[in-house]
Amino acid sequence: MFESLGNRFSNAFASLRSRGKLSNSDISNVCQEIRQALLDADVALSVVEDFVGKIEVQAKEALIDLQAGANQAQVVFEIVNKELVELLGSQARRVRLAKVAPTVIMLAGLQGAGKTTLAGKLAKYFADQGDTPILVASDLQRPNAVTQLQVVGQNAGIPVFAPQPGNGVGNPVEVAREGIAFAKSKLHNIVIVDTAGRLGVDEELMQEAKDIRDAISPDEILFVVDAMTGQDAVRTAQAFQDGVGFDGVVLTKLDGDARGGAALSIVTQTGKPIMFASTGEKLADFDLFHPDRMASRILGMGDVATLAEQAKKAFSGEGAAKMEEKFARGDDFTLEDFLEQISAMSKMGSMGKILGMLPGAGAMKKQIENFDESEIVRTKAIVQSMTPTERRDPKVLNGSRRARIAAGSGRQVSEVNSLVERFTQAQKMMKQMRNGKVPAGMPAGMGLPPGAAIPGMSTPNKGNQPPKKKSRSGNPAKRAAEEQG
Amino acid sequence: MGFFKKFLAKVTRTSSVTATDWDELYGELIASDLGASLTDAILASAKKSKSEEPIEAIREALTALLSSKPRTLAISETGLTTILVIGVNGTGKTTSVAKLAANISSAGNRVLLGAADTFRAAAVEQLQTWATRIGLTVITGKPNGEPAAVAFDSATKAIADNYQYLVIDTAGRLQNKADLMAELGKIKRVIEKVTPVNEVLLVVDATTGQNGLSQAKLFSEAVEVTGIVLTKLDGSARGGIALAIEHDLDLPIKWIGTGEAIADLTPFDPEIYITGILDAE
Repeated sequence: MFESLGNRFSNAFASLRSRGKLSNSDISNVCQEIRQALLDADVALSVVEDFVGKIEVQAKEALIDLQAGANQAQVVFEIVNKELVELLGSQARRVRLAKVAPTVIMLAGLQGAGKTTLAGKLAKYFADQGDTPILVASDLQRPNAVTQLQVVGQNAGIPVFAPQPGNGVGNPVEVAREGIAFAKSKLHNIVIVDTAGRLGVDEELMQEAKDIRDAISPDEILFVVDAMTGQDAVRTAQAFQDGVGFDGVVLTKLDGDARGGAALSIVTQTGKPIMFASTGEKLADFDLFHPDRMASRILGMGDVATLAEQAKKAFSGEGAAKMEEKFARGDDFTLEDFLEQISAMSKMGSMGKILGMLPGAGAMKKQIENFDESEIVRTKAIVQSMTPTERRDPKVLNGSRRARIAAGSGRQVSEVNSLVERFTQAQKMMKQMRNGKVPAGMPAGMGLPPGAAIPGMSTPNKGNQPPKKKSRSGNPAKRAAEEQG
Repeated sequence: MGFFKKFLAKVTRTSSVTATDWDELYGELIASDLGASLTDAILASAKKSKSEEPIEAIREALTALLSSKPRTLAISETGLTTILVIGVNGTGKTTSVAKLAANISSAGNRVLLGAADTFRAAAVEQLQTWATRIGLTVITGKPNGEPAAVAFDSATKAIADNYQYLVIDTAGRLQNKADLMAELGKIKRVIEKVTPVNEVLLVVDATTGQNGLSQAKLFSEAVEVTGIVLTKLDGSARGGIALAIEHDLDLPIKWIGTGEAIADLTPFDPEIYITGILDAE
């Protein structure tokens, strides 16, 4: 099995970095690695050759101008990153809203790309922003696609316009047309029209998509594509572009381990931006597409921006403020606080997902894959089996209390012991930090293995990364001083 | 005329293949989703071949990738043949289950369906709609219920009522989600308490790129996959990833899906398939 694109880039650049001075043939070798990696990531051959060609020319030019002693590998790396971001569309675009409501969004794509699921996520996304979306069930082809949309709508709390039962019964063009009229009469400001999956080569169904388009004149037609798609992405995207035309792309199933090279191909081939990314089975697993973040991910630099955003959402204002206040007052960090933090963390998604967004995640893929998610559940169970007094003051935990907690949480006494011990250490460390001392021999927080630091991590921060939240909240005294100053 | 045809017509006439020709051939094989390293290997072996006919050399190289395992369905000796159908989201599992059941039942067998996809909205209803069309019974559970329970109930029912075949649909899952993979293992183990699982068919979408290898590998680690169903071959995708899977993991493609109608599922014929790749437009 080949390595991920991020790993490959890391390796290619690690060998570059180990050399002080780069020759033209070093550059050519790295370009060969990049080429192979992109092909393994399902990027279309023509796109790969263009991309690698550009990199090679730019890198060689840059080397001529470089002063001796400058970090040449870093320069090459930045060229690759810049080109990749550019290739991915450089700017995330928002949905264009119609001047006169409702804004009509039509979804199109192959069978199984994830249109119906996406329709629900998109509707939820708009509803969360205060819009009043409605879903229209124009997939009358696939058995029970209409039912699926109704269930999705129900889960998301979004009304669904579904006058026809589907399963081959009813006219999708009529349904779409009536759906718009219905939305207008009920003052919905956004209409999302789900359509049947169709193949690029199926002229009859492509004509149907065109008929739907002409009947409702959508403001945005979104082409929904599976991130696992291979080389066919170019042909299919072109067929949809020629057949029905589209304004933007939605990339689905990005939570899988596919490299998603199809995205590069489609953007290059059609010139249409990727607007949204779908990253999981839950309705909330959906986000605007960020080319820079995707490029970072591909390059193995991690997705710190997304992580920080999610952390901000999960550690909601009130709880975080309360915690800070406690620290400022000099109160101890208790097991109750710990429980709160674990709960907030699990709101962000699985540990594997969170760790996967960290820089160097490529290098610790194995650890992430093996991360036992139920460890968190077990830890929670132990803390929840304690009385409030015990949570606030673990010192009272004698043998019989520990035995009771173990029985209550269904774990071994040794596990309770080790949790309490780890907690006491952490508490001590926090106290030291509050007193302005850096604790001696402070262990690496997330348990990153020594080899986890990879090229790319040391890229100078160009202001696109958020402030380091963790180090700030860990030192509230200093933070308060900062804020006042 | 497809590129391969042009290429082959040209080389058979002149019997001299230029570097540009090889480059174009490389591009075509890559475009078929065979993957970069496999394409390199195929070209190397074709170039080495002493065969007078380059067309035969390439055909041979592609044929050599095939698994030697049987492509027919394994049939149980005890009376009930159980088939578990698995795969990532959106490859066409439910449709394939229906087509497969229709195919087996039209040969005069008694087939029971198990709807163990309790997760995706309306997946059970989708299978029920198909079952009504082909006149089969489906065992179902509660939405978001325990899929292993549905599988167990299906197997128990199949034995009690002397069914000859049981085909079980499962929820789509991405292969990198360890918990969902573990769930799949549980489903299989629970069925095996009642009756052996004779076939575990992995449904792979022909439009899938190199991720198909990861799918085949990780699903095989979770449950012992016995064969591939390659779907959506009626599109423009050539499904070369399935050949890569055959080669890398020695998993035979058993069935191919070629359309949305119930009869659009046929046993895999390697010769026709390879000719298809070579003749692709």
